[in-house]
Amino acid sequence: MLDNVQVDDLFEELLKQYGYDFRDYSRASVLRRVSRFMTHTRLPDLHSLKLATLKDPQFFEYFLQEITVNVTEMFRDPSFFLALRQKVVPILSTYPYIKIWDAGCSTGEEIFSLAILLKEENLLKRTRIYATDINQKVLRQAKEGIFPMAHMVHYTKNYQKAGGKYSLSDYYHAHHGGAIFDSTLLENIIFYPHNLATDESFNEFHLIICRNVLIYFNKQLQERVFGLFLKSLAPLGYLGLGKKESVLFAAKPEFFESIDKEEKIYRRTY
Amino acid sequence: MKVYMSGKYKAVVMGGSWGGMNAAVEILKYLPADYPLPIVLVLHRLKGVISELPALIRKKTYVQIKEADEKEKMQPGTVYIAPADYHLLIEQDQTFSLDVSEAILFSRPSIDVTFESAAEVFGKKLIGIVLSGASKDGSQGLYTICRAGGQAIVQDPRQAEVTTMPQAAIETVKRAKVLTLDEIAAYLLAV
Repeated sequence: MLDNVQVDDLFEELLKQYGYDFRDYSRASVLRRVSRFMTHTRLPDLHSLKLATLKDPQFFEYFLQEITVNVTEMFRDPSFFLALRQKVVPILSTYPYIKIWDAGCSTGEEIFSLAILLKEENLLKRTRIYATDINQKVLRQAKEGIFPMAHMVHYTKNYQKAGGKYSLSDYYHAHHGGAIFDSTLLENIIFYPHNLATDESFNEFHLIICRNVLIYFNKQLQERVFGLFLKSLAPLGYLGLGKKESVLFAAKPEFFESIDKEEKIYRRTY
Repeated sequence: MKVYMSGKYKAVVMGGSWGGMNAAVEILKYLPADYPLPIVLVLHRLKGVISELPALIRKKTYVQIKEADEKEKMQPGTVYIAPADYHLLIEQDQTFSLDVSEAILFSRPSIDVTFESAAEVFGKKLIGIVLSGASKDGSQGLYTICRAGGQAIVQDPRQAEVTTMPQAAIETVKRAKVLTLDEIAAYLLAV
């Protein structure tokens, strides 16, 4: 069992030295990952973890990768992408130029899913997607667009359920156990480190997608992020959240109108 | 029926996989609507299947049944089911946190993850129950509950649809009470 006071101290020091703020992450979840990390790296206590991370930036980088959750898949929750295609894309297509923010894009599976969907709706060429994550290593991975071949059966099923018009295999070729995705899908995508806990709004978007990120934050931090999204959404812009997330903890939930209750798609109301 | 609590326990966590749902219903059907403890139920389920689990269980029980929501506070007389494809954790303020990190023992939700986080919060005021199932998930979590001073209970394997899960739990947690489903229900009503 980890001592909460010592954990607070560790997070304060990491914030001072590296600018990463874990203080308002959901405690049970982040503590579980911290203790897993300590088991893997054989650090006996929080004090040694603190010394090791503060002394060695590379070790901190490793800590960061292990503490943040980067489990994702292509067309995760296909019904979300189907709703996006049916309810949001027709409106987006009326804009001459579309700006999308994928906040917490992780290793890129969601970005490629989105790019494929937009391409099939003939919108990709006039869309710019800002793909951000707290973790620079996953951003590098996302840019490469290589995913394990072994996952393609599952992703193909997801793609079909998500209303895919062709075949997922049209977008990649197999190479040494990896599925290398068509790099032209990334032409209008900008990868960018951004920390939802500390960074500010940086542009205005017609659609923000942030799925299964808020579940790791406590109410205060969620409120901050909703403020950030509100500032970053164009009037009548859309917000897509994860299946078990909601705008319940936004400071002004009335500013978000529900477009699809099940799929957690909202629209800025003013 | 009115249940009088000694205040010895504050929560119940239950886990199972194959046969686990039927076993859970056999216990839950005896609990009155005003049962004074919150109950958390973790069942392994097929990925991506729209869940009718709460509705199925609701038909046969008096206690309130719902899927656990993110940041929801635990209430007595309510059974919270872990949502499919998320780990379910409990915070110190007795609210729920969800997590989509790696599957543990091929399972998300993982029984171990929920049991371990519940043990951190409730310590000796927790009852952990491992039911029928075809995996070893739950053993480690039940061990943690027991070590924190909580009460470990395992469904009698002779009565379980699949014995792997209860058998593994009995081997890992020597101090666990091994009870039939009726006995588990009676235990929950008497504490």
